[in-house]
Amino acid sequence: MSGPIEDVALVALSGVTKSFGAVRALAGVDLAVRRGECVGLVGHNGAGKSTLMQILAGTRTPTDGRFALAGKDIPIADVSVSRALDAGIRCVFQELSLCPNLTATENVRVRHATLSGFGWRRKASRLLTEALDSIFPGHGIAPAATVGDLSLGRRQMVEIAINFIVTDAAEPKLVILDEPTSSLDQSVASQLLAFARRFVERGGSVILISHILGDIFSTANRIVVMRDGAVVADRPVAAFDRAGLVAAMGHVAEDRDGRREAPAKSLREGEPMVVAMPPRQEDESRVAVHRGEIVGLAGLAGHGQTALLRLVHHAVHHRSRYATVKGRMAFVAGDRQSDGVFPLWSIGENVTVRSLPSLSRFGLVSSRREAAMEREWKETLKIRTPDMDDNILTLSGGNQQKALFARALGSDAEIISMDDPMRGVDVGTKREVYERIRQEAGRGRSFLWYTTEFDELLHCDHVYVFREGRIVAELGRGEFDEEKVLQASFEEAAA
Amino acid sequence: MSNSLARLQSVWQSAPFAFAFVGAGIIFAVTLAANQGSGAGQIVSAALAFGSFYALVGIGQMFVITSGPGNIDLSVPANIALSGAVAMKVMAGSDAMIAVGVLAALGCGTAIGTANYALISVLRIPPIIATLSSSFVVQSLAIVYGRGLRISPPPLLADIATNRVAGLPILSILVIALAAVMAIVLHRSVYGRFLTAIGQNMNAANLAGIQVGLVRYATYVLCALFAALCGVMLAAFSGGASLNMGEEYLLASIAVVVIGGTSVAGGFSNVSGVWGAALFLYLLVTMMNTFGVGSGLRQILTGLIIVAVITLAGGKRGARD
Amino acid sequence: MIGHPDPKLLRAAVPALSLALLLVAIFIIQPRTMSYFGLNLMLNLALPIAFATMAQLFILTVNDLDLSIGGFVSMVACIAATWLNETPLLGIAALIASIAAYAALGALIHLRNLPSIVVTLGMSFVWLGCAVLILPSPGGAAPAWLTAIVKFQMPFVPLSIVACAGLGLIVHLGLMRSAGGVVLRASGGNPQAVARAGWSLLKLKVTMYALAGTFGVIAGLILVGTTTSADANIALRYTLLSIAGVILGGGEFTGGRVSPIGAVLGALTLALVGSLLSFLRIAPEWQIGAQGLMLIVVLALRSLVNQFEERAA
Repeated sequence: MSGPIEDVALVALSGVTKSFGAVRALAGVDLAVRRGECVGLVGHNGAGKSTLMQILAGTRTPTDGRFALAGKDIPIADVSVSRALDAGIRCVFQELSLCPNLTATENVRVRHATLSGFGWRRKASRLLTEALDSIFPGHGIAPAATVGDLSLGRRQMVEIAINFIVTDAAEPKLVILDEPTSSLDQSVASQLLAFARRFVERGGSVILISHILGDIFSTANRIVVMRDGAVVADRPVAAFDRAGLVAAMGHVAEDRDGRREAPAKSLREGEPMVVAMPPRQEDESRVAVHRGEIVGLAGLAGHGQTALLRLVHHAVHHRSRYATVKGRMAFVAGDRQSDGVFPLWSIGENVTVRSLPSLSRFGLVSSRREAAMEREWKETLKIRTPDMDDNILTLSGGNQQKALFARALGSDAEIISMDDPMRGVDVGTKREVYERIRQEAGRGRSFLWYTTEFDELLHCDHVYVFREGRIVAELGRGEFDEEKVLQASFEEAAA
Repeated sequence: MSNSLARLQSVWQSAPFAFAFVGAGIIFAVTLAANQGSGAGQIVSAALAFGSFYALVGIGQMFVITSGPGNIDLSVPANIALSGAVAMKVMAGSDAMIAVGVLAALGCGTAIGTANYALISVLRIPPIIATLSSSFVVQSLAIVYGRGLRISPPPLLADIATNRVAGLPILSILVIALAAVMAIVLHRSVYGRFLTAIGQNMNAANLAGIQVGLVRYATYVLCALFAALCGVMLAAFSGGASLNMGEEYLLASIAVVVIGGTSVAGGFSNVSGVWGAALFLYLLVTMMNTFGVGSGLRQILTGLIIVAVITLAGGKRGARD
Repeated sequence: MIGHPDPKLLRAAVPALSLALLLVAIFIIQPRTMSYFGLNLMLNLALPIAFATMAQLFILTVNDLDLSIGGFVSMVACIAATWLNETPLLGIAALIASIAAYAALGALIHLRNLPSIVVTLGMSFVWLGCAVLILPSPGGAAPAWLTAIVKFQMPFVPLSIVACAGLGLIVHLGLMRSAGGVVLRASGGNPQAVARAGWSLLKLKVTMYALAGTFGVIAGLILVGTTTSADANIALRYTLLSIAGVILGGGEFTGGRVSPIGAVLGALTLALVGSLLSFLRIAPEWQIGAQGLMLIVVLALRSLVNQFEERAA
């Protein structure tokens, strides 16, 4: 198989953009992947990596730009899953796309339509076993096991193996591995990377996205760095060292005057209002929040920060092994659709829901007091709407977010937890909300703030950096800068 | 075609209860025309009387359906049978025991609602299966308990159930008043607000500090109480409890909720539509009888109307999950 | 995990164990049932329930629920006892049309993203109405050939047992083992992934509804063959029984987790509870209550197993 490496790119993008409403996820990306190379793709949260991969896999169509498969231009409107599959592009998505009610073998059949007829099961089982054996020797996975009964790591192994299967009808030419090792343990992860290297030597191509820089350095031939929806560096792996790579991912923060001035005396005194421990924490590190303090949770998205917020929220009303909360609490959602907005309600109803008991008498909500609260918060947070009785979905994303802030800030809560609440919010709104948070903290409210944007950490008094479900760094005010947070977020090597 | 469909849909979204009332009105007019305008008062009076039972179970079922996709109470018919039998036995035909009998029936309803929610929350089974299995047990209890002689209702209760004041059935006046109270509960009370929040997005409701479990429990008990009340009145109306008197109310209780414009996906409902749909269903029967159409065609029409209504209302957002 | 029973195995064994337990109890109390005729008598009426349960299983597999199967089987029974007997061609055409209607329902539910519960609730009125129109008062007569098939005396083993075993086995092969069945179940387990792999969810759903219709028709035919006459309400209780049967047989409400063999066992168990109670001289009033209690106990057991599993994971 190790023929001469062709010069025609398997897939080539130029000037590709992608917008979601007003938010620009990709701002003109050029990327080409040739046969027999492994491209390492790195970037911080929101750099556009996932969107780019979804376009490659055909699950999203680009807004604009050029898209070529094996040298042939394809109109961007025609970019589709079946095109990508025909071209041999396969993608191991971060969220698993296996059917949990089926066995591993049966999942092979779902993915490879040509496996049918008499004896399909034996054939699919053999193909899967072969793939598993060559990628993860000694894997111990029975092809007849139901996927739902497998551990997360083993499911991930099956998912990876299915994507590397060669059938009579199709073979993988470019496999996208998006954080493939996140649920694999160390030895299995290194098996995968070794296999990826062999696959590339045989002429296959791989795009590897990983937060473990050691993996990128050991496996990739070329590293592409993304930032703010664009490719900012694209060089052979030898041209990077670790410090240079981290520096390329960061960006010069324009707005440093947001940094909070140090209060006269330290806030980290006395008994904390919240003490919480990530379930996977092995040492004594704990997240602690004191009165009037803004505590930031940092790190790459999905490394246990949201889970910790849930855990803390649960501990308000229930006994919990992991967290104790002293005081009333309110929550500001980042994923507005699933955690925040009540889509059939007006803006006003969405604001007041957390405060209804205090706006009511004998169990009946007082319209007058409710309207007063709605008016107050419309003005305080400058929610841009002609009428608070309009449906919440008539608002722009940023203004919906303000309504969610109003819900929490207007409540009687002493602690407010925020789950990366500024996703898809415009700069003006952000400024207004930051200002408000600082005022509220000055009045003694506490904030527990998970954010994926570095600039927002500058508003915090204390920052915990998360990686793989654990606190890996704790930085007091003045101790943290972007480099330190990035350093902690990306693991050194597959140690 | 698709244009007028879209317009119909937008009407639906702004006044979802209108269809039921407009439909009831049209059917009423057609029936009157066929009768050459005679008997209007009688038809209205009968529709109100029979509609009261539909409305009673429908309102309870509506609260459960409002609490979100997948929430439904299938134990309504069994509950009606058992509560009706319990009430009649406790009252033993004596006016003095009416209050005690009603309380006994309500106690019975509370127990059934509690059992339903216990199955849902402790065993983590979907509400449909939970209420289905509890309804089997309740139905057996009703059969065993109600065995033997049919006990007549106390005369006073029978009067309330069957007599009229100024041409209006007393029962319907009571149920309309109850519906008005429940409308306030749904739209203006903290409980009602919490319930509609849970129905729209249970996860967000929990994160907004609502005690989701408590509200859902209250809702299943509420529905069971309404079914129990319906059982008592139905027994009083028909001269004693019978085992299968609840049978038709399983499908009917859901039908009036859907036709009344409540979203099966939860979080969006109204009480008046339930009444409109109750009248609609009864008037449909009257109209078909006027035209001499048998019960078969009537059933088919009822079914097709339900399918048409949900097709019109649905597709807006995901239904079961 | 060592020393603990495998929860998966446990879950699969529950339906078989509960049926075995029930049969043993019946045989002990009434040894005469352990004969060709005894078994035939007890299982006769279980066969149509088993087919209706299978129809429900197809719908549950794609995360829907059918509240109309009882009405549908009743209608089929009425068609069989009238048209199919008197004007066979009309009868056959009507049965084929009703299967097509089921398939169309599947398409409607998928295309408009409708809640299956409400649509099938409406359809239950429609089927019942049709049944009343076709056969206004109880009566009619089953076609002679149908009665002959259903009452056929197999050597050694009663037909109902063979038919139940065949039903479970055939659906097991078709749905659980064949390449096509895998995709059908996949669409209940993770629809997005199935669509992403290039399958048409519409076709899959229509197939499942058509299968449900087909098995509903068979249930109705067998029912009429057994009872030799029909009435419009003859099978209304099948709706609830079929749901209970699938769940009792190890099926889950969502997620495409079903077991055809379990469903047959579940249906038989539900049907046999009545026999056991009557042998125990317990009033038949308790039969339905016993069915309900059994459902609750099985669900409680399963919930225990699941919690045990979660803790082990």
